[in-house]
Amino acid sequence: MPNMSKLILLLFLVFFNISPSISAEDSEKLLNPKFSFDGIFGKFDRASLQRGYQVYTEVCSACHSMSLLNYRNLSQQGGPEFTEEETKAIASKFEVEDGPNQNGEMFKRSSKPSDHFKSPFPNEQAARAANGGAYPPDMSTLAKAREGGPSYIYSILLGYEKSPKNIKLEDGVYYNKFKPGNSIKMPKPLNKDAVKYSDGTEASVEQMAFDVTTFLTWASDPHLEERKKTGFKTIIFLLIVSALAYFVKKKTWSRIEPKM
Amino acid sequence: MTEKNFNSDSEIIKPVHTSKVGGSPFKGVAGWIDNRLPILRIFKYEYLDFQVPKSLNYFWSLGGILMVCLIFLIITGVTLGMHYKPSSSEAFNSVEKIMRDVNFGWLIRYAHMNLASFFFIAVYLHIFRGLYYGSYKEPRQLMWLLGIIIFFMMMATAFLGYTLPWGQMSYWGATVITNLFSAIPVVGKFIVTWLWGDYAVGDSTLNRFYVLHWLIAFGIVGIVVFHVIALHIVGSNNPSGIEPVDTRDTVSFAPYTTSKDLFAMLVFLLIFVLFMMYIPNYLGHPDNYIPANPLVTPAHIVPEWYFLPYYAILRSIPNKLLGVIAMVSSIAMLGLLPWLDLSKVRSSVFRPIWKQFIFLFVLDFFLLMYLGKMPPEGVYVILSRIGLAYWFMFFLIITPLVSIMETPLQMPNSIHEYEDWKKKGKIKTLKIF
Repeated sequence: MPNMSKLILLLFLVFFNISPSISAEDSEKLLNPKFSFDGIFGKFDRASLQRGYQVYTEVCSACHSMSLLNYRNLSQQGGPEFTEEETKAIASKFEVEDGPNQNGEMFKRSSKPSDHFKSPFPNEQAARAANGGAYPPDMSTLAKAREGGPSYIYSILLGYEKSPKNIKLEDGVYYNKFKPGNSIKMPKPLNKDAVKYSDGTEASVEQMAFDVTTFLTWASDPHLEERKKTGFKTIIFLLIVSALAYFVKKKTWSRIEPKM
Repeated sequence: MTEKNFNSDSEIIKPVHTSKVGGSPFKGVAGWIDNRLPILRIFKYEYLDFQVPKSLNYFWSLGGILMVCLIFLIITGVTLGMHYKPSSSEAFNSVEKIMRDVNFGWLIRYAHMNLASFFFIAVYLHIFRGLYYGSYKEPRQLMWLLGIIIFFMMMATAFLGYTLPWGQMSYWGATVITNLFSAIPVVGKFIVTWLWGDYAVGDSTLNRFYVLHWLIAFGIVGIVVFHVIALHIVGSNNPSGIEPVDTRDTVSFAPYTTSKDLFAMLVFLLIFVLFMMYIPNYLGHPDNYIPANPLVTPAHIVPEWYFLPYYAILRSIPNKLLGVIAMVSSIAMLGLLPWLDLSKVRSSVFRPIWKQFIFLFVLDFFLLMYLGKMPPEGVYVILSRIGLAYWFMFFLIITPLVSIMETPLQMPNSIHEYEDWKKKGKIKTLKIF
């Protein structure tokens, strides 16, 4: 039954290709732009990462925390690669509470690269109270915590539309064609020229969405570049060694299996 | 005491051997060690000179592959354990810390995570091999049973391990699975509380799950040792299902099996590395990167892919207790196989009818796997029930019936004759490997 076994192999492959999404039936297919980090040789576009960080700090960080990141990560290899001076300057713009000092008092000081990204709210309750009951999720792992990852983030940012006439939305709820269920509590975050890029790039909504998506993908997976690079080397190595092992096996077995 | 007792005629004097020093095939230092601790000769007899059937195909490389998987899982697991914190407030962040800040932590964590999946891929192929070539039959029943014990322990370890990152799926998966015990009449509720160590899944649950994840993992190593010892007593089965008789039927383990297994392992490793390095989160669920939140239930709680068929079986029955019984017994059925299959012929190569039912069983497995991922409603439930029905029919009705009624094909007298027939195209064999 060689055909049957091939059929099973095929089914196995098909199974592993079923997108695990079942909730996304009613919403539209996600946008899938060409990201710099896609593919076997994927790398982050440094300029895009730096612009993405700017979009995060100037727009997203008003509501969303990124508590797993430290300012030092911004200068780390494979990331936005700000220089150490730039990173120090970035960190010093934020104020953190430290202490207690020798008198047992808490005090404020400016952040250092070793500090965590400053969160906009002291706790979840405060965040909910300020956002009509909705909790803006921490974005440290966002790109791996959503079906579709980067495509999902990018699509949501561009998915805001006027709601169709037959759908009535409550106050504080917005229509987004890519969100499962189509309603979202986050108001449209990006508007044209919401930020002013220092490198002269035009701050269109698409551009900002693209940059911040790149930034968030890096934040979720800061070793992506290293992983892909190491992966490629490992694959080449294994291909060579498996080929050698194959010939060793053939040679060994030729002693008892004379050519037909 | 009188001397009479010692010199009595009825006392039979036998020589004793408290010292068994000697008998080593090695000389010099190796011989000196081996005379006192016979590990070198065991290695020589069981891994160098050991005779295995000549006709083994690549399905027989899976045992070695599984062994390598287990060793790597333990190495990566021990390393992860050095940075992981099993507490409900710290677990999620400690895993993220491993992936972000620990040197090569991302590599070790992704390796451990994906190896678990690949361990199951290999074990499913390994079980299929046993099923297709009748490796569970006399005299290998005990070995087969040990294998099923290992499989159960693997599932327990994998489930426990999946709760450790304390993401949403970890938490809710643990909640759903531990709640299954509440289906047990009368004492169920108490058992669940006892398992949790609390009145809800929480800190103490996570802490004990971490301990048990280690404990059972090393328990697997123990049973694997028995499984391998048993293998070296009963010998490998082979695609022909015929026992080897003379040296025309066998090859020595080294260098023939070793060179073949090495190649198979490298190919397996290659596929594994492709997953680990390019789509490391593909086999997992994105929700597990959201920290556990007892107040928010995920839209769909789904287990890891390797549990999906049994999950489909569980959900296809509306009664919880019966569902749990069906789920556990669906796997336990495998253990009955040596006594349900009455055919004297081992290999499906010579059993044309039984072979068709095995393929249907494999299709059923994939069907249920697909259904386990779908929401339990409408046509999916009906299909799950059909899948469930075939699963049990396969073991309880089809297997004994076919084994009695089927006329096997004409069989060669020996393995070397089998090889000969294969070359002449007289036998149809599996073409994948």
